[in-house]
Amino acid sequence: MSKLQDMMHRLRPNFQKGGKYEKLQSTFDAIDTFLFVPGHTTHGGTHIRDGIDLKRTMFTVIIAMLPCLLFGIWNVGYQHFRALGIESTLMENVLHGTGVVLPIVAVSYAVGLGIEFIFAQIRGHQVNEGFLVTGMLIPLILPPSIPLWMVAVATAFTVVIGKEVFGGTGMNLLNPALTARVFLFFAYSSYMCGEYLSDGEFLWIDANRKTEAIDGFSGATSLSLLGEGNTPTASMWDMFIGLEPGSIGETSVLAILIGAGILILSGIGSARIIFSVFVGGYIMGMAMNGINASMHLNNAYMAMNPLTHLLIGGFAFGAVFMATDPVTAAQTETGKIYYGLLIGAFTIMLRVWNPAYPEGMMLAILLFNVLSPLIDYFVIENNKKRRLARVK
Amino acid sequence: MSKIIKLTKGFDIQLDGEALRFSGKTELSRNFAIKPTDFKGIIPKLDVAVGDEVSAGDPLFHSKNNEQIKFTSPVSGEVIEIVRGEKRAIMEIIVLSDSKNKFKDFGALDPKSSNREEVVSKLLESGTWPMIRQRPFNKIADPNEKPKSIFISGFDSAPLGADYNFIVENNSDNFQTGIDVLRQLTDGKIHLNLSSRLNNAHAFEDAHGVEITYFDGPHPAGNVGVQIHHLDPVITKKDLVWFVNPQDLIIIGKLFRTGKFDASKLIGLCGTSAKKRIYYEMCIGANVSPILDNNLEDGEVRVISGNVLTGKLMGSNGYLGYYDQMLTCIPEGNHEEFLGWLLPSYERPSISRTFPSFLFPNKKYKVNTNMHGEERAYVVTGEFEKVMPMDILPLQLIKACLSKDIENMEALGIYEVTEEDFALCEFICTSKSPIQEIIGEGLEYIEKEA
Repeated sequence: MSKLQDMMHRLRPNFQKGGKYEKLQSTFDAIDTFLFVPGHTTHGGTHIRDGIDLKRTMFTVIIAMLPCLLFGIWNVGYQHFRALGIESTLMENVLHGTGVVLPIVAVSYAVGLGIEFIFAQIRGHQVNEGFLVTGMLIPLILPPSIPLWMVAVATAFTVVIGKEVFGGTGMNLLNPALTARVFLFFAYSSYMCGEYLSDGEFLWIDANRKTEAIDGFSGATSLSLLGEGNTPTASMWDMFIGLEPGSIGETSVLAILIGAGILILSGIGSARIIFSVFVGGYIMGMAMNGINASMHLNNAYMAMNPLTHLLIGGFAFGAVFMATDPVTAAQTETGKIYYGLLIGAFTIMLRVWNPAYPEGMMLAILLFNVLSPLIDYFVIENNKKRRLARVK
Repeated sequence: MSKIIKLTKGFDIQLDGEALRFSGKTELSRNFAIKPTDFKGIIPKLDVAVGDEVSAGDPLFHSKNNEQIKFTSPVSGEVIEIVRGEKRAIMEIIVLSDSKNKFKDFGALDPKSSNREEVVSKLLESGTWPMIRQRPFNKIADPNEKPKSIFISGFDSAPLGADYNFIVENNSDNFQTGIDVLRQLTDGKIHLNLSSRLNNAHAFEDAHGVEITYFDGPHPAGNVGVQIHHLDPVITKKDLVWFVNPQDLIIIGKLFRTGKFDASKLIGLCGTSAKKRIYYEMCIGANVSPILDNNLEDGEVRVISGNVLTGKLMGSNGYLGYYDQMLTCIPEGNHEEFLGWLLPSYERPSISRTFPSFLFPNKKYKVNTNMHGEERAYVVTGEFEKVMPMDILPLQLIKACLSKDIENMEALGIYEVTEEDFALCEFICTSKSPIQEIIGEGLEYIEKEA
């Protein structure tokens, strides 16, 4: 260990101002502080500091995403062989899935971190750890057959326009990963909204309809089936486990709930937001049932079991990993409850009343990212009033 | 039955290195210093020059803005140095003790049978007035004002905090006289707040003329700001609440009983880098080297006048702060740690449940001064709220201070807080922000502008 430490010490002067590689200073710093927590001591304020820092916080979120990533890798392989009508082993599924998912993850990190390092260098500050999470979130919410260039373009867009122009980590208005997703959704909508591409490649399954898949195989997600007025083919159990086509990391509600458990137990993710999104979605689902029944609308989507709403599409993933992003969520503890309830409710409304945009979760979260300061405003005003009311 | 106020928010940082309830004698300090920097907002005007002989109680300097407020010598001897800092600001006035304990006689006075003016003038003359501070702004009280109430916090909940029950144990009479003095200063209540978790000293439990309230909860329950918030809040700038530390009140009590400014107090020496961790009898402003010589562990040690959250950095040859009841010595943490953010090489206290320490709430930790990470943009929300046992939105108040938004600072409760109330926020802050500094600058700004 001390050899590595000596090496970093020896290299450091080269990367400092006036050194040979001063243009790579922030890159070197990022690697150096990743390996060794600096020997900086407190000055001025408290003399001791809590062990937690942003690296550990972000890393905990990554651990929480691992079940989704691992299941996603397996499921990409599983769906691939299912479309081909071939029996496959666990190993085959994982190997195939890795071949599809790993390049997407690699492109997301390479492009995103590359831009972050450049911005940090230009601005003369350190690389913030925020992108460690974003870089993993982006692949998890993309379809498996996405071309890698699209991953690169979307990542570049979200880092530059979604984040750095606002000032970088901690300053962005919109959830960066969802900004990437929504960018693809609107910039390449013909691609992102269909079931398959012009060359016959399924969007949500890594397989080609014309050349590979068995006849009549449908690669539609439950959400798109519902949007078209059909019933999903996957059972509720399959939806819970995640045995259906969809974005890489968001099909398995089970894996997502394991992640939620990690976030809530470690205290890193806001349990208030996670619970209230689910509650909001469930209540709105029931309200839809009620409206449908009382007005005799006979709308199958409105009549759907509210629980199914929580299982399909990106609902669970959004509730656990997207809505909880502390930078873009409501910042007051009371506000977080309203924020979560509203996201849950709006998602269902968007899905049911505007099937052209089946992925209501993404849009609902982005909408309340923008409105969260307003929610906070009411909470803060309320606090001010309560404080003033104490004057005897 | 007295009221009990239960507080759930906060955090007890469990540290190893407590001071034993035992008072020890040590070689007496020869040098004593009064540091004008201990007093917020005071611009000193010197009353002495180098070479002057002083008795204990003779003024060394007074406040430029209010000449009545005097700062007197804690011992008799000779003024040997006036240390100046940047722009010739006076940093320390150092008195070399002649070890004769010559006291200036202020004359004993029974506070019960005297009036407010007599009491105030004795406090001012003797230099004990600065012991009475006010909220808002945490500064020395204005003798021309009358507070709506006066607070005494009878326990220190800060990490390794001094044990006031031990300190006041044999000082019932002086403490009671101190309360009688305060009685003359306000028409409102005198609140004595005790911890419901401790065996409180008779001097506290049997005190007359006070309203006792028990607080049950983790740090910062012992902060006077938290207690004021729950019992008699400072809502506008004009609400004045004064407060005194119990040990300072004993000095005031002694003054009225004997006529002497006897500045000796019991100072707890704590922290894992100190060897003989007991209470030492020292005078205000005493040079600490006599008790630290041969009493510190090897390695680089940080000596702090006060506690690890709010204390002031001081060398091992520094002078005890005017308001401090303890000295904390902990090792410096200026060493790198391989993958320390992921796999810490030693245990450390944390409020975060990403560390297994949350499973062992009573485990005591050896700490050092490492930052455990670098300063980052503010990202994680909801953490300050866990350690803020007041109806105050901490993050929003911090933001208002940063943006110098006076209206919001007032509405969100800047007058109720001071730096120490945000010390835990600073400790737990994931982004390692200098929160106390932000609040301090906010208070300074609003005092000047509003």
